[in-house]
Amino acid sequence: MAEDIDRYLRQDKLPHIWCPGCGHGTIMANMLRGFARSGLDQDKTVVVSGIGCSGRASGYLDFDTLHVTHGRALTFATGIKMANPELTVVVVTGDGDGAAIGGNHLIHACRRNIDIKVVLFNNSIYGMTAGQFSPMTPTGATATTAPYGNIDQNFDLCELTRSAGATFVARGAAQHPRQLIKIFQEGFAHRGLTFIEAITQCPVNYGRRNKLGGARDMLNWQKEHIINQKKYESLSAEERQDKTPSGILYQDEREEYTEKYEKIIATARGSEN
Amino acid sequence: MKNKAGEKIKEKEARTMLLQGDEAVVEGGLVAGASFFAGYPITPASEIAEGFAEKLPALGGKFIQMEDEIASMGCVIGASLAGEKAITATSGPGFSLKQENLGLGIMVEAPCVVVNVQRVGPSTGLPTSPSQGDVMQARWGTHGDHPIIALSPSTVKETIDLTIESFNMAEKYRIPVILLLDEIVGHMREKVRIPSPEEVEIVERKRPRLEDREEFYPYLETEDHIPPMPDYGQGFRYHSTGLFHDKTGFPRGKTEDARRLMDRLMAKIDENLDDIILLEDDLKGDEEIVVLSYGSTARSAISAVVRARQEGLKAGWVKLKTVWPFAEDFVADLADRVQEIIVPELNRGQLIGEVEKAACGRARISGIHRYDGTIIPPAEILAKIKEVG
Repeated sequence: MAEDIDRYLRQDKLPHIWCPGCGHGTIMANMLRGFARSGLDQDKTVVVSGIGCSGRASGYLDFDTLHVTHGRALTFATGIKMANPELTVVVVTGDGDGAAIGGNHLIHACRRNIDIKVVLFNNSIYGMTAGQFSPMTPTGATATTAPYGNIDQNFDLCELTRSAGATFVARGAAQHPRQLIKIFQEGFAHRGLTFIEAITQCPVNYGRRNKLGGARDMLNWQKEHIINQKKYESLSAEERQDKTPSGILYQDEREEYTEKYEKIIATARGSEN
Repeated sequence: MKNKAGEKIKEKEARTMLLQGDEAVVEGGLVAGASFFAGYPITPASEIAEGFAEKLPALGGKFIQMEDEIASMGCVIGASLAGEKAITATSGPGFSLKQENLGLGIMVEAPCVVVNVQRVGPSTGLPTSPSQGDVMQARWGTHGDHPIIALSPSTVKETIDLTIESFNMAEKYRIPVILLLDEIVGHMREKVRIPSPEEVEIVERKRPRLEDREEFYPYLETEDHIPPMPDYGQGFRYHSTGLFHDKTGFPRGKTEDARRLMDRLMAKIDENLDDIILLEDDLKGDEEIVVLSYGSTARSAISAVVRARQEGLKAGWVKLKTVWPFAEDFVADLADRVQEIIVPELNRGQLIGEVEKAACGRARISGIHRYDGTIIPPAEILAKIKEVG
């Protein structure tokens, strides 16, 4: 972890606003380590974020950055990437921003396989607004808007994005920084819709209300329950019950959207002559 | 003419065609240098998307059909920030959906054009019938105080001209410009001459010099209130947000920043009303009655006034091409000189309120309102002129 990530941070905007014990800073730092290893050009990279705790990341990152409306980061990112396919376009979103209000944009960006790197900070809750349940809040957990227990079924976002057409799907967790760096490094190198679910702890608005202890306890929970895919596959169905696989879960090569559009341009120009 | 990649693109030559208003948006847009369209199918605006889907790639431009109207608006703003001249087109229900991102576009000052081919609302309403029911939504559709420019053509020729104007004003003032067609203008066919880009003034946004990257303030208060705007990927590494921000682009959470930014956003428009407010009139100086209208309704209004004149009535007409900002000073002066201003509109009374406000009791104001999907025929306006005359 020797990469110099300071050059990718707007030092004058730090310290960040995330709560003590929050995993967002860990995810962001490891995203930058992965970026550093990928060798991509800082000046040719745009980061777009939406609303919520994750949305604040764009302000700390020293790239062209755009902080937009709730759930819509992917739509702006699509316009940026279509306009200039040479740019590396990163979307930082959260489980509320990306899976609830922005869920439709997520599946359609995957369907197009447009080369956007989607990093979804999953803290299982709406943190910024102080603890309402999200599409990633486990069934049965409590939240300010589910005081008697959450009856909603949560998503498996990696399964969702894979079936929608993403060509790079990975899951990591704040507890596993080395794995996260590798995921980010390979995700940034991938050409096509890249979806990375980064599991992070929210001790203040999720852990405390659900009696999961503090940040350390929540990280220990991640250690026990989020396990490498290979190990996961060796487990029996019963053993898998309370486990979630992590790592690069799926990767495929499929023609990328802006490359396809370049062919449309060639066709249209050809037919004009 | 070159596209963003610097490739030479095929010169457009002037030509005369039989076009509908929706197609005229496409032709006018291409003359103005439109290079990006994102949209979603909706009656009666789909022909605009279809036209751009066909024509943009041949010019090296980009077209994308998004998953919904909200996405189209976001996509257009993203493309604009990446350096494109971007446009989207919709009708009532889609215009409602675009409002939140339209506000973001105003806040980050992204030049773009939003076409609304008005149909009767609310809700699904009368999808294939004309309306001028979105005039107030064009002004106040997104939440909070904000500046806006909205232009409204009454003919196919004007649609070409005002589409070019929309792009020019968007680029010049760094603001989303709304082009309000109605179903009549959108679907009516007229013989029009499409100018070549060389014949018309084409405005490009002010861009900073690359050597200014070291000390760059993306939202600097400049003399003209319009900060230069880089394209993404040029190394400026700047931040834009829908939060109130200072010259650096970052929010500080200070009340003085909010006031300063809002005042600057408003000043961009308020200090350039002479440039932005476009209107036509036929006033001979002896008018007692003036019919003030905009959009397709102006066609009936002009026809009615011509007949009234032939019958010896002292009538005149005013056609607003710029609906927002409203031509307040012009109407105030007019109200000093005439006895009655008639405002026909395809709604229950929207712009008439602005006319009343500007006239401030110095002239009588009366409206003719239809909101059932049919037009206001010249005879109805002529009858009104006679009634009040």
